[in-house]
Amino acid sequence: METELKGILDDLKFLQNSFLDPSQQALIDKMRSRVDNVTNLAKSGTMHRAKVKELSAEVVDSNPYSRLMALQRMGIVENYERIRHFSVAIVGIGGVGSVAAEMLTRCGIGRLLLYDYDKVELANMNRLFFRPEQVGMTKTDAAVQTLSDINPDVVLESYTLNITTVQGFETFTSSLRNKSFSPNKEGSGVALVLSCVDNYEARMVVNQACNELNQTWMESGVSENAVSGHIQLLIPGETACFACAPPLVVASGVDERTLKREGVCAASLPTTMGVVAGLLVQNSLKYLLNFGQVTPYLGYNALKDFFPTMEMKPNPQCSNSACLERQKEYILAKPARDAAAREKMSAEVLTEGPLHEENEWNISVVDDNDLTINDTRCSGALPEGLTHELPIADEFEKLPAAESSNDADDLEDLKRQLEALNA
Amino acid sequence: MEGWDPTTKSTLTRIPLLTTKAGPRDGAAWTQRLKEEYKALIAYTSMNKSNDNDWFRISAANPEGTRWIGKCWYVHNLLKYEFDLQFDIPVTYPATAPEIELPQLDGKTHKMYRGGKICLTVHFKPLWAKNCPRFGIAHALCLGLAPWLAAEIPILVDSGMIKHKDDAASSSEV
Repeated sequence: METELKGILDDLKFLQNSFLDPSQQALIDKMRSRVDNVTNLAKSGTMHRAKVKELSAEVVDSNPYSRLMALQRMGIVENYERIRHFSVAIVGIGGVGSVAAEMLTRCGIGRLLLYDYDKVELANMNRLFFRPEQVGMTKTDAAVQTLSDINPDVVLESYTLNITTVQGFETFTSSLRNKSFSPNKEGSGVALVLSCVDNYEARMVVNQACNELNQTWMESGVSENAVSGHIQLLIPGETACFACAPPLVVASGVDERTLKREGVCAASLPTTMGVVAGLLVQNSLKYLLNFGQVTPYLGYNALKDFFPTMEMKPNPQCSNSACLERQKEYILAKPARDAAAREKMSAEVLTEGPLHEENEWNISVVDDNDLTINDTRCSGALPEGLTHELPIADEFEKLPAAESSNDADDLEDLKRQLEALNA
Repeated sequence: MEGWDPTTKSTLTRIPLLTTKAGPRDGAAWTQRLKEEYKALIAYTSMNKSNDNDWFRISAANPEGTRWIGKCWYVHNLLKYEFDLQFDIPVTYPATAPEIELPQLDGKTHKMYRGGKICLTVHFKPLWAKNCPRFGIAHALCLGLAPWLAAEIPILVDSGMIKHKDDAASSSEV
């Protein structure tokens, strides 16, 4: 195609030189510029860049990482190149997950694991990322297609499965455990799991997997009315897990009764989803590359432009047994943590020296910003603008022991009884 | 439970409650839970039969009891409409309820998620959360699927989205 276009250009040049009529000259000029445009279009359609070995900070137009590496020069990130060693798992490649995946891909993340069981539909086109020609493809395959074009350096793994089924869960957890990408990493094979799913069941499954694997994860969500969302950091044992308290939702700020929905066709906006994806990946980058403050919970109320934040401690009576184990481990590790903190403090004092030479009155700065909620079940107090989505399970009354007397019942026998009724 | 009709309420009180909090990955505890599920389903089905209100069939599709298939039906204007019924027991069961699917109705109503999962968010999920782990499959059918069918099938029939099988057969013959 390129050689053909070049041929046309040469012919036009020849024509231009052989004609003397100025009116035809203008027409030939126009034709030449059209051929130039087509040539450029053809080039951009087929351009794939080669993989790079090392991230370069060189400021040239052809370096895809120059603006990212500049974060080091600006003093924001100490070592940006570390990003290539991280694996991030994204569960749910919808309005938030796909955009988060693209952001991490453009940032040059080492490896992305993508999980979804859905297909791309025309009804998804009000959101970002997927294109109409991808309708009918699985979301994971369509994402891999686009992302590998954008940045061939990222290792992409796609898992088309439903994580809430027993089998899907097995595949999900074993893929998180797989350490072939970074054999020396402690713990699981991924640095972070991002939950970008749209339902409570799937969130509880991610929670279960991460509690069992002791895996730090971040949860994200956008409300069904598309005008609020949130992100939350979950460190098993250290912060509240998703089952510790009923899920929080950002109150819409308008009378809830006026929001009575017809059916389940949830509303969605590319803006809200883009904002939440941005908040989620921003928090992920801060967590991975160790800069700024990683937020434990950040809500977004689009109607009032209100961003509530809070911290939640784990619930000692959490219904999730893996969460309780992680809590126990976290408490046991407290002395080591304290020692490390003291060491760090004294090291800082040594390098910086005391702020003031004299402190006659022992004045010290204390943090008055301690908005920690301890065991929300007891207090039930939530900061302004947040509410619970589901009620708490009622106290479980132990039924009298008479119940256990017929434990001897045979499962096969019960099956037969039901089949007899079904007949 | 405010807002529920007295018949559903009295039926519900007679379905045995479950006691074992165990999911499909919990080994022997799951077997125990499975026994309780069967007992509740047997009690509910025989109760329906004796009240002349038989409206579903359900049985485990695998030995582990993690997948269930069956039929459910609804009578509207003296005609019976029958649908395939299926669901998986999620790994986080019973903390999360099974997502009941009617695959034949997928795409016919917006009160449904992809794959034919009926919407349980408003009328059922809070009840399930409040009564974990005492509610089981029988309760999900009684409080989740039954009211959904009662609300949706008349609308789907009247709007012509679903046809009775006799009508569908005769119209295709013409």
